[in-house]
Amino acid sequence: MGRRFVRTALAGLAAVALAGLVGCGGGNDTSGGSAPGAGGGGTGVTGTVTVFAAASLTESFTQIGREFEAANPGSAVRFNFAGSSALATQINQGAPADVFASAAPTNMKTVTDAGNGDGAATTFVKNQLVIAVPRGNPKGVQALADLTGPGMKVALCAEQVPCGAAAKKALATANVSLTPVTLEQDVKAALAKVRLGEVDAALVYRTDARAASPDVHGVEFPESSGAINDYPIVVLRSAANKAGARAFVAYVLSDRGRAVLTAAGFQAR
Amino acid sequence: MVRVVERDVAARHQPAGPPRRRHTQRVPVALSLPAVAGMAFLVLPLAGLVVRAPWATLWQRLTEPGALTALRLSLQTATVATVLCLVLGVPLAWLLARVEFPGRRVVRALVTVPLVLPPVVGGVALLLVFGRKGLLGAWLDATFGVTLPFTTTGVVVAEAFVAMPFLVIAVEGALRGADTRFEEAAATLGAGRWTTFTHVTLPLVAPGIAAGGVLCWARALGEFGATITFAGNYPGITQTMPLAVYQTMEGGDLSGAVVLSLILLAVSVTILAALRDKWITQG
Repeated sequence: MGRRFVRTALAGLAAVALAGLVGCGGGNDTSGGSAPGAGGGGTGVTGTVTVFAAASLTESFTQIGREFEAANPGSAVRFNFAGSSALATQINQGAPADVFASAAPTNMKTVTDAGNGDGAATTFVKNQLVIAVPRGNPKGVQALADLTGPGMKVALCAEQVPCGAAAKKALATANVSLTPVTLEQDVKAALAKVRLGEVDAALVYRTDARAASPDVHGVEFPESSGAINDYPIVVLRSAANKAGARAFVAYVLSDRGRAVLTAAGFQAR
Repeated sequence: MVRVVERDVAARHQPAGPPRRRHTQRVPVALSLPAVAGMAFLVLPLAGLVVRAPWATLWQRLTEPGALTALRLSLQTATVATVLCLVLGVPLAWLLARVEFPGRRVVRALVTVPLVLPPVVGGVALLLVFGRKGLLGAWLDATFGVTLPFTTTGVVVAEAFVAMPFLVIAVEGALRGADTRFEEAAATLGAGRWTTFTHVTLPLVAPGIAAGGVLCWARALGEFGATITFAGNYPGITQTMPLAVYQTMEGGDLSGAVVLSLILLAVSVTILAALRDKWITQG
């Protein structure tokens, strides 16, 4: 009798656990409590703020997150860095996020068009492409045209992600046609191939090349001014911690946030 | 109705043997409930793919050149990777099962590490050895002008690295389960070790090799992390189906990703159902 009860109870527990697991999928009720009475000012905010941000924002947002946490005791910023398009898809599929920062307006539009933005997105910085080459520039790359030479191995981002779209535009502007050896899924992956020495060059954002210094050197080229990426940021409609989300966006737009971003090589707007 | 037919078949197959043990006892709820929940957990996501498939445009999307190119590349590389695994993995399994040597336990653990290693880590490790600046790769590049990353051969290498342990485990298990008296008998009759291996051992464990080969092929077909890390991603050269699914998804084309996933799912399930059951029941 007793053993049978235990068995049934165990089975019931397993079923409940599974149901809980399944239930989490579309949930937006998981992260920490929002701060009562906290305004958008950036003080008095507590709880976890989950920020989905473009891979190219990794270094600057990590620093901004640390400063935000210091300025708001009791708060914690959690990041999910990936290609903007993947993030947009995850958000539209119900991933629990409070803030979305995209490396291109198109991916932001995917999210806001689906009604998942809490208000309109704000453009906070711009970014420009450079040619990333290994330290010392062994192949002497000076311009986009140098990337087409025989034996040159070049990594580009896939067209589906913003750095790839910008690269395509820049190459078209320069009237240079090149066949890359690989189409990487985000800018950090393209940069990694340069760092490892597996490719001779990659088109990445100036900020990423700067972050990878001194292993990587960024060669500026004039055509990149025709392919500048705007970075929009938005608070998400389903944000579990809306006060925290607003405060974080305000911090990014603040003078201190801009200072961090400009130091990383972004152009503030 | 069904049960009657089954009993008929069983009776016909074992006319003289003892009555077959019946499995019709009541299943305890403590087992059946988690079992059904476990099944649902594994099968529901697959059903989700089927439910969300854009059936109206399915055929048109299926025959898009990009999808077909990726599928062909996937089938080719997985097959070549499996052949490579058979050539290298069967002797390795034999060594592990039949030869006593110091450190055998450690070697066995090491060769199965790719089973549990995150494939991306495998890709990084492959880069450090076979990459253009890698331990062996730098030499390959300098001596023969050969580099593996960004080539179809690189895809095969990544797939073989991740899939070979599946084969080794299956074949080693079969070898340990096989009766060694046949091999001893062959040896007593004057057969050399190689003849014994090819004429006695191999036929004995053929079902195990086949089952391992199928598992290995299926794993190679689904390989993603090591491939994208080590071999890169370029349509027609290194972009296999899993990479194409990921890239389509990255581009925000969810239904496109669903279609590609369905193809991969259909191919894997067909092969696994057709071959694995056949070989595993025989083994």
